[in-house]
Amino acid sequence: MPLLWLRVALGFYAVGLLYALLALTRRSELLNRIGLPAMVLGMVFQFVSLTEFLLLSDHPTLTSVHNSESLLALMIMVLFMIVYLIYRTTSPGIVIFPIVFLLAFVAATGEQPSLFVTPGVKKSWLFAHIALVFTGYAALFLSFGASLLYLVQERSLKSKKSNGIRSRLPALETIDEIGYRSLLLGFPFMTLGLIAGTVVAQATYGRVNLLDPKILLSVLMWAVYLIMLYTRWNAGWRGRRAAYLATFAFVAAVVAWAANYFSGIHRFVSS
Amino acid sequence: MNFQLIGVNHKSAPVEVRERLALADSRLADACKRLTEQPGVEEGMILSTCNRVEVLARTVNGTADLRGFIGQFFKLDPAELDSYFYEYREQDVVRHVFRVTSSLDSMVVGEPQILGQVKEAYAVARAVGSVHSQLDSLLTRAFAVAKRVRTETAVGSSAVSVASVAVELAKKIFGSLHGKSVYLVGAGKMSELAARHLLAHGAASIFVANRTYDRAVELARKFSGKAIVFEQLYETCDRADIVLTSTGAPHAIFRREHGELFLARRRNRPMFFIDIAVPRDVDPEVNKLDGIFVYDIDDLQQAVSGHVADRKKEAERAEAIVANEVERFQARLQTLGVVPTIVSLQDHLETIRQAEIDRVRGRLGELSPDQELAVDALTKGIINKIMHTPITTLKSAARESEATTVIDLVRRLFNLQDKKAEDKSNSASSAGAKN
Repeated sequence: MPLLWLRVALGFYAVGLLYALLALTRRSELLNRIGLPAMVLGMVFQFVSLTEFLLLSDHPTLTSVHNSESLLALMIMVLFMIVYLIYRTTSPGIVIFPIVFLLAFVAATGEQPSLFVTPGVKKSWLFAHIALVFTGYAALFLSFGASLLYLVQERSLKSKKSNGIRSRLPALETIDEIGYRSLLLGFPFMTLGLIAGTVVAQATYGRVNLLDPKILLSVLMWAVYLIMLYTRWNAGWRGRRAAYLATFAFVAAVVAWAANYFSGIHRFVSS
Repeated sequence: MNFQLIGVNHKSAPVEVRERLALADSRLADACKRLTEQPGVEEGMILSTCNRVEVLARTVNGTADLRGFIGQFFKLDPAELDSYFYEYREQDVVRHVFRVTSSLDSMVVGEPQILGQVKEAYAVARAVGSVHSQLDSLLTRAFAVAKRVRTETAVGSSAVSVASVAVELAKKIFGSLHGKSVYLVGAGKMSELAARHLLAHGAASIFVANRTYDRAVELARKFSGKAIVFEQLYETCDRADIVLTSTGAPHAIFRREHGELFLARRRNRPMFFIDIAVPRDVDPEVNKLDGIFVYDIDDLQQAVSGHVADRKKEAERAEAIVANEVERFQARLQTLGVVPTIVSLQDHLETIRQAEIDRVRGRLGELSPDQELAVDALTKGIINKIMHTPITTLKSAARESEATTVIDLVRRLFNLQDKKAEDKSNSASSAGAKN
């Protein structure tokens, strides 16, 4: 059943994806009206799917690859909704919806999760680690989305042609604020999440191997995150330079995620 | 009537070209005088705003070299700018002047500034005497037409001015204007209007810098803002989110290095430059900096094109008013054109009548006052009866294209001389008579 709900959610996310693909090129009233409700419904079904999985499973854990992807998608959507409630704009969806769709797609179509069971690990620490890091990830993705939109809007304003894009995107400073606030919000989560991860790892292995690709990449990503915050706070970097950093952080995050597959300590497949 | 007009406007020429023809207010009177010194030019006036430069003249035979005048006055090769000029003659001039004054030819159709600008140009030309007869009637009529257009159509009432377009753009950059500060560089009417708009939409504070400090103080007081000595412009400008510049400086006053300086001081918070000056005050290079957005007057035009479409219908009504007025003016002018002929015709016949009466008086002998009156009435009556049809024909012919032919014919038939020539010969003969 959880998988069924997830697939229903995926169907709704597909509408959002369509919205994202069309939003920049043309204005479709119909899609505008159904885009957001579809994504909200998708969220609800995904939430049901995840909850059900947790309740039904004998070993309720989030640490399967696919469930975690599903959880990340949900977290991103939650942040997106918060932004929507504050700023009344669905524009970040242009970048966010495809990411959410992709994550849900991988979660829904992949093989059934194989669980990574590490006896002796305190469940609460693990749970904290995952929830915190994912919130950090979600914030990072949102910020990445905002910086791309910033570039689009900046270019539109500079080109001086009054095309549709300009009127469909929020004001430049609003986009900037969304990006910056997401960063600010995400950073403590990411930091605490990594700390929690360290605790888990130490409890599991006793000693953390710093040269493990997963750990290296995570630290790198965290460092980029910190640099982004610092340059923004100190020099007010935004626009193109901020977008480069955000893209770099985004790539680092994706690679760090992918490192799960070849990391020695952060495996989902028990060997 | 021999009206001629040559000019460039925001449609025919880019800012770079208009800049080269822009005329400072202080040189306007001199330019008008020089224009009337041009061979063949009887009356003339010049309109120079940030969107247009136009030379209007009434000439002897409609073939004065206005292009040559522009080349001479601005010291440039007119051939180089040839493709940017438009030229009108006769009733097309009338239509153009009416349209310009009614703000139908404006960058932002219906904007109210142009009427004032035409009035100022007219006042200058009148003061130096370069406008006195027919051009005077043309301009006076144009002001009346502008008033008609403003009261009878909605073109002006809901006019989106450059100012409100600027506000819209500012909102697209800053989201809300609340708490944003505005810097006025140059204290022109236009920037005053734009500033008023920005304040009305929530902008918080205003700085004014002007070459004449007193004017800055005056304007700052109006908005309860802060006047700044012009020399401190670069030190203080980074405080503003929106810079509205409209100085008459011949070169750009904001260059790339200034933009970089402001950004560094502002920690890259965005800035919006609205440049309504011609020549431009902000180097286009500044727009290439991340976080600075520069819109000059041409860019604002592009931004408003959408609104113009909305107003198309009202504009069409206004065009109809103008077309109607052009015809009326035309008719009036042409009727005016035959009046001298009619007057001299009547004078001519009256002289003949008087001469004939004097000639036969001897033969008639002593006449009683009654008889005297009767002779007068008889001769006048004959003349009036005979002349009635020709005069009516002349008046109606005046409204048609054959006017000049008919006038010529009448003059030749009756051997009527030019009024001026006649006056001269009259004074000569009377002078001779005295001797």
